Amino acid sequence: MRLKRVLGATTALTLCSAAAFAQDTTITIATVNNGDMVRMQGYTDEFTAQTGIGVEWVTLEENVLRQRVTTDITTRGGQFDIMTIGMYETPIWGANGWLVPLDDLSDEYDVNDILPAMRDGLSHEGTLYAAPFYGESSMIMYRTDLMEEAGLEMPDAPTWQFIREAAAAMDNDEEDINGICLRGKAGWGEGGAFITVTANSFGARWFDENWDPQFDQPEWAEAVTFFKTLMDDYGPAGYATNGFNENLSLFQQGKCGMWIDATVAASFVTNPEDSTVADHVGFALAPNSEGVEKRANWLWAWALAIPAGTQQQDAAKQFIEWATSKDYIELVAENEGWANVPPGARTSLYETAEYQEVPFAQKTLDSINAADPTDPTVEPVPYVGIQFVAIPEFAGIASQVSQEFSAAYAGQQTVEEALEKAQAITVEEMEAAGY
Amino acid sequence: MARAVTSRRKAINTAAAWTVGLLIFFPILWTILTSFKTEAQAIADPPIFLGFDWTLENYRVVQERSDYMSFLWNSVIIAGGSTLLGVLIAVPAAWSMAFVPSKRTKDILLWMLSTKMLPAVGVLYPIYLICIELGLLDSRAALVVILMLINLPIIVWMLYTYFREIPGEILEASRMDGAGLKEEILHVLTPMAIPGIASTILLNFILAWNEAFWTLNLTAANAAPLTAFIASYSSPEGLFYAKLSAASTMAIAPILILGWFSQKQLVRGLTFGAVK
Repeated sequence: MRLKRVLGATTALTLCSAAAFAQDTTITIATVNNGDMVRMQGYTDEFTAQTGIGVEWVTLEENVLRQRVTTDITTRGGQFDIMTIGMYETPIWGANGWLVPLDDLSDEYDVNDILPAMRDGLSHEGTLYAAPFYGESSMIMYRTDLMEEAGLEMPDAPTWQFIREAAAAMDNDEEDINGICLRGKAGWGEGGAFITVTANSFGARWFDENWDPQFDQPEWAEAVTFFKTLMDDYGPAGYATNGFNENLSLFQQGKCGMWIDATVAASFVTNPEDSTVADHVGFALAPNSEGVEKRANWLWAWALAIPAGTQQQDAAKQFIEWATSKDYIELVAENEGWANVPPGARTSLYETAEYQEVPFAQKTLDSINAADPTDPTVEPVPYVGIQFVAIPEFAGIASQVSQEFSAAYAGQQTVEEALEKAQAITVEEMEAAGY
Repeated sequence: MARAVTSRRKAINTAAAWTVGLLIFFPILWTILTSFKTEAQAIADPPIFLGFDWTLENYRVVQERSDYMSFLWNSVIIAGGSTLLGVLIAVPAAWSMAFVPSKRTKDILLWMLSTKMLPAVGVLYPIYLICIELGLLDSRAALVVILMLINLPIIVWMLYTYFREIPGEILEASRMDGAGLKEEILHVLTPMAIPGIASTILLNFILAWNEAFWTLNLTAANAAPLTAFIASYSSPEGLFYAKLSAASTMAIAPILILGWFSQKQLVRGLTFGAVK
């Protein structure tokens, strides 16, 4: 009898403390300010109701976030239990032992449902270190009405040569329509990313197998010259300072015949509340130069990772499983429609009949599937990554290199000068880094 | 005739002053106007100045998403605390430099100013590690001390300049009347330098309020001030300019109101000693 009482009391005490623990647990998540992430914050109460775990958000602008989480993880500051990071950081941080491996996710989570390209890009040596919240590639968004007026038909997978022809046909100074809008803004994640994938589609690469920089090769000269000539002839004025937002704004106001950029932009340009051309947008795969097998499309994911220094590892894993699950996608679809669910992360999403009706769904999937971060270029390379090179030195080098290219777009120097400087910068930095 | 020239010159000066004033104020005005537009109107080309349907939707969204009062309270504590602590340290320092200068006073003043030339990011990691060791990451106390140290050279320089305008004979007279060091600073020097001290406090409060590097890098969920509040609405992938403008308007409103009510004091302090 006495033993029973003791056991009963112990059990009650354990249950009470477990409940109290669950209620007292709060995790802090650092994230970026974009539509999908903000939407996720709105559903946090559902997660807290299910698990009893509280969530505090630290939302920051992308570049600030990158600096903030990098400082914290390298010093083991322990400010965040979950960090929103990208495909560039994940393999590098995973290799350094800074992230908790996500190798014990539950069966219901169905880790094999994550799109293979995303899973590979967020892993190091086969171990997943971050779960994709949403993924993206890049593709062509074009004005169907202007194409029709020009008497042209956009192929599913056009070449750069066709893109130039179409830009010439749609360009109309009198009506303030630019044939094409592309990123020229300095920054490795802005114009740097775009010119890198463009170079891939002309057969260029950042480094050869011995890590020797390749800006002195003819493929780079051809790619950058093509880009500059195309934009000088048919792009908007001041394109050297245009990034994603500037081009989005131009496209939404009907001032671009074509725009090649992140697949995630498709939901913005087809939203009639914000876009004046919502009913006249078509999609196609990013182009390649004639005869080159690689296309100018990238691969990116915003993913949730757990820093190794956290004291709340279990609660953090529970949140990641919830936020990147199939159930979460259904929750958003139920409340806000299928066009607003986070795209590009799970195979099952693209098998859902309702989602297949979303106009940009199939092209987004095709673009993601056409991107292989482990084989990004025509010639073999020693690195992983399509619009970036997954080494810690890349962000610094590519920021400087893209500044040189932007200066060339703005007419402050020639393409040849920009490439010479890019080569010199990269050689110096790579030698200093011991390559 | 002379009268006509004077009035014409006066009119030109007034027009020029208004033009310069409006040019300086225009970005703030544009931010406030944009905060009442829809996202589509915010990016319209040509830009819409006043002819749009005014909406409070952005303020509603910002209020719903963020705990504005918590950010505001943190800003008040951090900016106020660092300014007051700075003035407490700077008044005796400036007194000694103004009234009992040594051979090295000018060198010390220049050295203090030279610390402002160090890029903040150069000491980010050491300060971050110190904060981890002391358990002060994401705390208002750390930011009060750090912002005080950052602004201290400016506070000392400003007070030193104001104190130099006060005749030393007055302090000597107070000493002859038996005033100790404490009485001299508190009851003689400070009342005479009130306009200067007030403008120093106001200017440093504004500097601390707007400081964005340390307040973004050393805070997370608990001590984040209004700079972090604004940063949470900036996005390179998506057009949220109207919401960003609403957040910016809410962040600058307290300091605009403070500046408006204290402008006389501020101008008086800044021109203190300019005309003898």
